[in-house]
Amino acid sequence: MLETTWFLLWGVLWAVYFVLDGFDLGMGTLMPFLAKDEFDKRTIYNAGGPFWDGNEVWLISAGGVTFAAFPLAYATMFSGLYSALFLLLFALIIRGVSYEFRGKVESAGWRSLWDACHVAGSFLPALLLGVAFANLFYGLPLDEQHVNQGGLLDLLNPYGLLGGVLFVSMFCLHGALWLAIRATGDMQTRAAAMAGKLWVATLVLVLAFLAYSFVHTQLFGNYMKSPHLFLILAAAVAGLLASRMYLAAGKYWKAWAGSAVFILCVALFGVVGLFPAILISTLNPAWSLTIANASSSELTLKIMLGVALVFVPIVILYQAWVYKAFSGPIKGEGEMEY
Amino acid sequence: MLSRLQFAAATVFHFLFVPLTLGLSVLIACMETAYARTDNPVYKRMAKFWGKLFLINFTLGVVTGITLEFQFGTNWSRYSAYMGDIFGSLLAIEATAAFFLESTMIGVWHFGWEKLSPKAHATIAWLVALASNLSAVWILIANGFMQNPLGFVIRNGRVELADFIAVITNPWAWNEFVHVVAGAFCVATFFIAGISAWHLLRKQHEEFFGKSMRLAVTVGLLASIVVAVQGHLHGNLVAKLQPAKLAAMESHWETTKNAPMYLLQIPDEKGEKNLVQAMPVPGLLSFLAFSDFNAEVKGLKDFAPADRPPVGLTFIAFRVMVGIGTLMPLLMLIGYLKRGKLAAMPTYLKIMIWAMPLPYLGMEAGWTVAEVGRQPWIINGLMRTADAVSPITVGQAGSSLVAMVLLYTLLGAAGAYLMLAAARKGPQDA
Ligand code: HDD
Ligand code: HEM
Ligand code: HEM
Repeated sequence: MLETTWFLLWGVLWAVYFVLDGFDLGMGTLMPFLAKDEFDKRTIYNAGGPFWDGNEVWLISAGGVTFAAFPLAYATMFSGLYSALFLLLFALIIRGVSYEFRGKVESAGWRSLWDACHVAGSFLPALLLGVAFANLFYGLPLDEQHVNQGGLLDLLNPYGLLGGVLFVSMFCLHGALWLAIRATGDMQTRAAAMAGKLWVATLVLVLAFLAYSFVHTQLFGNYMKSPHLFLILAAAVAGLLASRMYLAAGKYWKAWAGSAVFILCVALFGVVGLFPAILISTLNPAWSLTIANASSSELTLKIMLGVALVFVPIVILYQAWVYKAFSGPIKGEGEMEY
Repeated sequence: MLSRLQFAAATVFHFLFVPLTLGLSVLIACMETAYARTDNPVYKRMAKFWGKLFLINFTLGVVTGITLEFQFGTNWSRYSAYMGDIFGSLLAIEATAAFFLESTMIGVWHFGWEKLSPKAHATIAWLVALASNLSAVWILIANGFMQNPLGFVIRNGRVELADFIAVITNPWAWNEFVHVVAGAFCVATFFIAGISAWHLLRKQHEEFFGKSMRLAVTVGLLASIVVAVQGHLHGNLVAKLQPAKLAAMESHWETTKNAPMYLLQIPDEKGEKNLVQAMPVPGLLSFLAFSDFNAEVKGLKDFAPADRPPVGLTFIAFRVMVGIGTLMPLLMLIGYLKRGKLAAMPTYLKIMIWAMPLPYLGMEAGWTVAEVGRQPWIINGLMRTADAVSPITVGQAGSSLVAMVLLYTLLGAAGAYLMLAAARKGPQDA
């Protein structure tokens, strides 16, 4: 029971991370396509400015909770995906720094250097997270000692790549909607039009991904056993449809909320499909890591549950306050810090 | 070995930025409180000017920290599997209780100058400062466990939590906390003092930097005294709980009572002796370690060679730290006594500019003593470092090491350049 609770919390943390960092990664990826001039670029930096750091802490927490609740999974996952993870971290590093560094020197060369870092540092994490999670949904070639026998290139199989492209598309949609909320004038119109196109792409990709998952992975096993779980997929579809409707109506906040629900449910869909495994071994099911053989001691799980139940709601409260306070349209210089 | 190098490089880089964040966040919060209380705009300009430097440093602290959070999994997977029950939960608590608050509020702080009242903005500054220091508490409890494991049982072939209260009240951790935070205040105050001195020498913005300088020498004097006094108490704990580390810090080979301290000493690790030892002060080592001139101090020869830490590095790092720890209170004391007349003391101001790197060096040296001196153990007495590393290939560890050092060096240089440029430009009208 305790382990199951933690498994769900673990999935929720990752899912919330995708929802929150998703939009600023998406905006960064879209920058070359949406920003026409310096003011547009700065709008993008400032639209994510107050939030990116707080969003990234969801990643840190997801990592921390993996470590705390399922240490063996943490050890296996991150040493097994060593090269991919370092690539991800380096990308996030140059992206984070680009916010703070870009505007500090009055030189076009300097700025375009950091713009390049920002775009690469946004696109790569989106892609890598998708590739990594698709591979987790499928399983890794773990041996008896839970050591991953595959390398970086093995992750780039068709299913993994499809997952990567899906993530990029989801995040870009999410980011375009956020930009529609925070930009004004011409930029806002362009962002909304882009969101419309990305919506179609995301729809196609998610259908393809689900179909591929159905034939390629075990993810649907749990769903067949307890069909009410299909509600998660229904919610994802509802979120996606709602986001299209509200986008057409020009209600960008609601459209963004719709795509947030969509991302959340897509991630949860995979996590629930994995249960009770955390890392599937494709070599021998007995070598998989499950909540039974990877979790921490009961005392640790209990204490951590207490900590999570106290702090996560508090975090959600103050982050919601910050989102409310700092998400109005950016009207001009006065509201730009970057 | 490469894993160790890589981890060491990552922590050293991270810890270049951490202390300034810890100390400066509190000092900025003080400036803002002064502004909210007195309405004197010079305090707001101070908060903004030092805040700008703070933000550059903070960002580098954050991005280097994220790598560390995952490095336990990437490079120390065996350690993580063995220790995750305790270590992982402490890191997770740090993230939920401290990092969220810190990172969310820094955004509000940065973007909130127009939106919030001075009082509300000062409150946010205090939250950032509180959360930063809170994160130090949790990570140092985690490190404290590695130095002095408490409150655990060995079950299922790993370390499992038995007594959470014992883990979080570990005296080692709290000693480290006081020592590190006081050291962080030294870094921040020497930082402020150095930059202020540069401007005062040029007779620019004299009111602004005069006020900053006063704040720096007052807080800095206190902090540097605390570091030294408490460092001594910390040493007593080391003597009691990690005698091999103490012996390496002092390059002390033979177990003796009434052990002397040599003012001049050059260790010879291979020969298990000191090449040079001169100017003994009788009984001083026994006294410093155990507050008793006749106490017995264990020598390195009492430990099997496989259980000894690297002597040379530990020894030198300890000298460096203590040397700096003696110099700093003196510098700050002079500044404090003459605090009204510093603008007319060019020599002192010049010294303070050059003194800026001192506390940084002290911090890094301190960690070297603590971490290298604990070797060959990764968890003191429980697990050896050699058993802790991940089953990754040399190629993986090597290429990520090279890439990381390159990237960090470039970013660090760019950050230093930006901070220097902003510092030279001086305060803007707010
Ligand atoms: C004594 C203090 C201290 C020590 C020993 C460490 N850190 Fe640190 N860390 C901080 C004090 C700090 C801080 C003051 O809270 C930082 C530094 C600069 C900053 O921006 O926040 C931070 C940032 C920071 C972040 C980014 C948090 C964010 O986004 O706000 C992470 C993930 C870590 N650290 C992780 C670690 C790990 C895994 C360490 C162990 C090796 C570690 N830190 C040592
Ligand atoms: C932030 C300041 C820190 C610095 C500057 C620092 C420095 C170092 C250095 C130089 C080493 C290499 C020692 C060697 O290879 O002989 C090392 C090792 C290590 N440190 Fe730290 N450390 C810091 C904090 C921490 C903290 C907070 C932890 C744990 C919470 C930690 C855990 C370790 C581990 C696991 C090793 C590996 C053992 C080894 O390589 O020898 N360190 N550290
Ligand atoms: C007379 C002055 C000082 C004494 C007697 C002293 C004593 C000590 C001792 C005994 C340790 C080892 C603790 C361990 O093994 O875990 C230590 C660690 C350390 N010292 Fe110092 N120290 C002094 C000055 C300083 C100064 C000036 C700084 C930096 C500004 C500093 C920063 C550190 C740090 C960062 C550590 C590692 C963390 C820890 O273990 O607390 N120390 N110090």
